[in-house]
Amino acid sequence: MILHPTVIANLLAAYIASGMVLYAVFYGVQILKSWDIQNGHELQLVLERKTYLISTLLSYVFGLQLLSLFLYIFTADNLTPLFVGAMCAAGTLNVGSFGYPTLVLKIVNFIVAGLWLVLNVADNQGYDYPLIKKKYLLLAFVAPFIIMETVLESAYFMSMEADVITSCCGSLFSSERVTGIGSEMASLPALTMMWIFYSVMVCTLICGIVFYFKGIGGYLYAALSLLMFVISLISIVSFISLYIYELPTHHCPFCIIMEEYHYLGYLLYILLFGAVVSGLGVGALSPFRQVESLQAMLGGFIGKLALASVILYAVFTALVTYKIVFSNLIM
Amino acid sequence: MRAWIEKQRYIIDFTISSLLRRKVKNFGLLALYTLIVFILASTMFFTYSIKKEASLILKDAPEIVVQKIVAGRHDLFPASYIETIKKIRGVAAVESRLWGYYYDSLVSANYTLLTPPSNGSPTHNVKSSAKTTVVESESGDQQAVDMAKPLFELNGAVLEPETLIIGNGIARLRNIGKGDYMPFLAFDGKVINLKIAGVLSSQSELVSSDLMLITEDDYRKLFGIDKGYVTDLTVAVSNPSEVAMVASKIKKRLPQARPIIRDEILRTYDSIFNWRGGMMIVIFSAAVLAFVIFAWDKASGLSAGERREIGILKAVGWETSDVIQMKFWEGAVVSLTAFFTGVILAYIHVFFTGPMVFEPALKGWSNLYPNFELTPFVNIEQLTTLFFLTVVPYTVATIVPIWKAATIDPDSAMRFTGE
Repeated sequence: MILHPTVIANLLAAYIASGMVLYAVFYGVQILKSWDIQNGHELQLVLERKTYLISTLLSYVFGLQLLSLFLYIFTADNLTPLFVGAMCAAGTLNVGSFGYPTLVLKIVNFIVAGLWLVLNVADNQGYDYPLIKKKYLLLAFVAPFIIMETVLESAYFMSMEADVITSCCGSLFSSERVTGIGSEMASLPALTMMWIFYSVMVCTLICGIVFYFKGIGGYLYAALSLLMFVISLISIVSFISLYIYELPTHHCPFCIIMEEYHYLGYLLYILLFGAVVSGLGVGALSPFRQVESLQAMLGGFIGKLALASVILYAVFTALVTYKIVFSNLIM
Repeated sequence: MRAWIEKQRYIIDFTISSLLRRKVKNFGLLALYTLIVFILASTMFFTYSIKKEASLILKDAPEIVVQKIVAGRHDLFPASYIETIKKIRGVAAVESRLWGYYYDSLVSANYTLLTPPSNGSPTHNVKSSAKTTVVESESGDQQAVDMAKPLFELNGAVLEPETLIIGNGIARLRNIGKGDYMPFLAFDGKVINLKIAGVLSSQSELVSSDLMLITEDDYRKLFGIDKGYVTDLTVAVSNPSEVAMVASKIKKRLPQARPIIRDEILRTYDSIFNWRGGMMIVIFSAAVLAFVIFAWDKASGLSAGERREIGILKAVGWETSDVIQMKFWEGAVVSLTAFFTGVILAYIHVFFTGPMVFEPALKGWSNLYPNFELTPFVNIEQLTTLFFLTVVPYTVATIVPIWKAATIDPDSAMRFTGE
């Protein structure tokens, strides 16, 4: 294990998040089992109070999840000099087999935790907690993933060994060590990808606007925003990064969050994550529009989510387009 | 949106005035919090800037250093091997070095003795070795000399036979200077007196504090090393992507050789300082834990006045979530104040006053410390890490107490005031 302060911070955040989720799940299961809003029993009162605690806990977990996602990549990037063949975070994550799975889990968990919060906000607007069981079912579903993420992250950091000078150095560089993939990630052809990105983005935005004004195609928009999220991530690897680095061979999706590029990556990723969470929220809430106690509020809330998602995607596209147009790289 | 911001503003307003009403209680917490942040921040600032310093110095080191290993120990390097290494394709230059340590029992300190490279100009690129590791370093890589600023300045002194040039740390320790004589006990028991021809400039003290420059003849006389041997070699390789290949070829042709690549030296330094910094943080984590317990206790031990306050707030129409929000802002105000105060104090401590508290633990052990000023170096990574190590545990520790306080029933809160 590498006893680096940032590694310790990462692990601490993971354990804290897991601990909070476990605590929340413990009461979540009780709520699933014994929740009965009609009942005036003492247990019911206790559970009603606990819902405040759980939603507070989970909003913290959600914030922590977002921060730790970036901290994780930051750490990977900082540990780069310790490994033979690693040139940036992409190489460090390739050390050991748990680096990338942890990252994927972190992204998935962030999105699902965000969805949970969307559900939570909607639920709190109804006087009779109409979505409470679904909410806690989702929580019970997320919890194993967050625990798994912690386990994988621990395994990843614990198994790391820096390639330091050994008493016989000769063995190190001659060994058949599989070096990291470095910054040259496999990527799709830039021009094709650019067409796909812009056309799907236009479809998504149109669909979102139609949904906002007409209220039709909510599920389609949710699906499109998920698709757009994936396409955007691929696009970052495929062509967006090229224009940011102004280097036709550098495809790394991680270096853009570094200081050299004015931390632009943070903005891009936050826009993307925000867009996908609110976009998926539209789909997640749509089935409950007919619920009696939510009828009055939910339509407006879903509309706001869709609008937020559309705006975030639009800003993302504008930013990317700006970078491409004003880049010194001409392809 | 506007309404939401306004609401938060009012809550923050209320929170701050309520914090100020209980100055003494909150001040204790704030002071302790600041102290914790200060300690951790000092540790991190110090290790990071030392790491930075080391990597800046090593940037101009030669690509490969070759030592000879006998029975797992560092041994003198036969000069005849040089030709073998020169023949390897890709090698730009090979330079032999003579250096070693001399223990001065008078002041119980180890000096690093080095003969400047023969073709060396006075501002040649030489660095003393750090005593902590197997890491040694470099001399005349011609390219590096052209590019880099010299690591130490000879201040116009000329090295002649029977003279030596000493580092600033030695001059300070022994209270000697230019023109003085310094006695050395040679390998055969004879005393050799060398005249000090000059003192190295203090700007390079981090690397030259314990350094002595000495002529080759004097060096061989002092340690009894035969003409056919040198301490080790430096190999310059023109193409960076060939470094590993050249190193493995050296290993193949000279099985006794131990080539060390510059990147490995960098990695090792990084690891050492990471380890030291991490170790300090692990030790201080006990303090953080104590602080977290303290924060938990503070947050759950509501005074009767506070209970009544929450009771009244709820009676006048605040919801549980509003009280939680208020408490959240309270935590945020305390955390941010403590965090920034601690960081600023640590910055002053490390970069302006010399890190008095942590220096011995983080720098290593030696009687001959370099006196140097660290270049301020703080980045987002350090601050984020610090945030995770201090603010996150504090916040988490206070969630449950906050919730407990926020769900008090208004009637019971106002009934049992006892004030």
